[in-house]
Amino acid sequence: MLLSAAMDTPNQLGEALLAEHRPVLFRYALLQLKDNELADDAVQETLLAAWQSSANFEGKAGLRTWLIGILKHKIADHWRRSAREVVTAEFDQIDNGEGEADEDAFFMSNGHWNGGPSTWNDPEAALKQQEFWAIYETCQNNLPPKMAKVFMLRELVGLEAEEVCRETGLSDANYWVTMHRARLRLRECLEIRWFNQSKTKKENNHA
Amino acid sequence: MRSCRDITALVSQGLDKKLSVSERLAIGLHVMMCSRCRNFQNQSQFIRKAAHRYTEQLQNRLDKKS
Repeated sequence: MLLSAAMDTPNQLGEALLAEHRPVLFRYALLQLKDNELADDAVQETLLAAWQSSANFEGKAGLRTWLIGILKHKIADHWRRSAREVVTAEFDQIDNGEGEADEDAFFMSNGHWNGGPSTWNDPEAALKQQEFWAIYETCQNNLPPKMAKVFMLRELVGLEAEEVCRETGLSDANYWVTMHRARLRLRECLEIRWFNQSKTKKENNHA
Repeated sequence: MRSCRDITALVSQGLDKKLSVSERLAIGLHVMMCSRCRNFQNQSQFIRKAAHRYTEQLQNRLDKKS
């Protein structure tokens, strides 16, 4: 009893609590480092650092936000060591409002679709095809940088909307607009490059 | 009657937070009649699924490389 009490006191952040956030941290690191081992190392170091300095955790911003803050430093350290400044943290490039005015092309001035979504044939099957993932990646990379960052933090890393806002300094209202546009763009890109393509392919095969 | 632009904005928000009953009702009524917004709804859910799988895909590809 005494022993466990003594072990609890210096570190109020238990291993289990920290480990809960491992998947999110790993995805965050993976998207930036593009290397499984490096990502794993960065997360490991982050959790260790967090555990050692858990006294510094104030709990204001939420544990995950704090952990991501540490992870960012670890990732920055990595780039510094490998002197590949060019690639520096895709996530941290803040751009100046590019791609702000293009969303309206999706809709006419009365708010009706301009063109708009057609029905996709068997999207589930696409997930099993290697070629689909190349197209998916192209479409994702074609998003304007800041939009891509917001989308990836939400859908790939798995942060909650308010965590994404905290990470990116986006207001609530801007967040909703950005995600709406990101989904419209991705949808259109996938439709043009994959779903309509495979339709024509099939028609050609039948001909 | 809300426009397709507004409805798709709500659909998108619905993926990231809980919508009110009246918002959900507005979406439901609209997509009953509007196939393009219905497609948007299905497709944005599909994109979410694909995005979740993407990191697994990336990991597998990176594993093979190394």
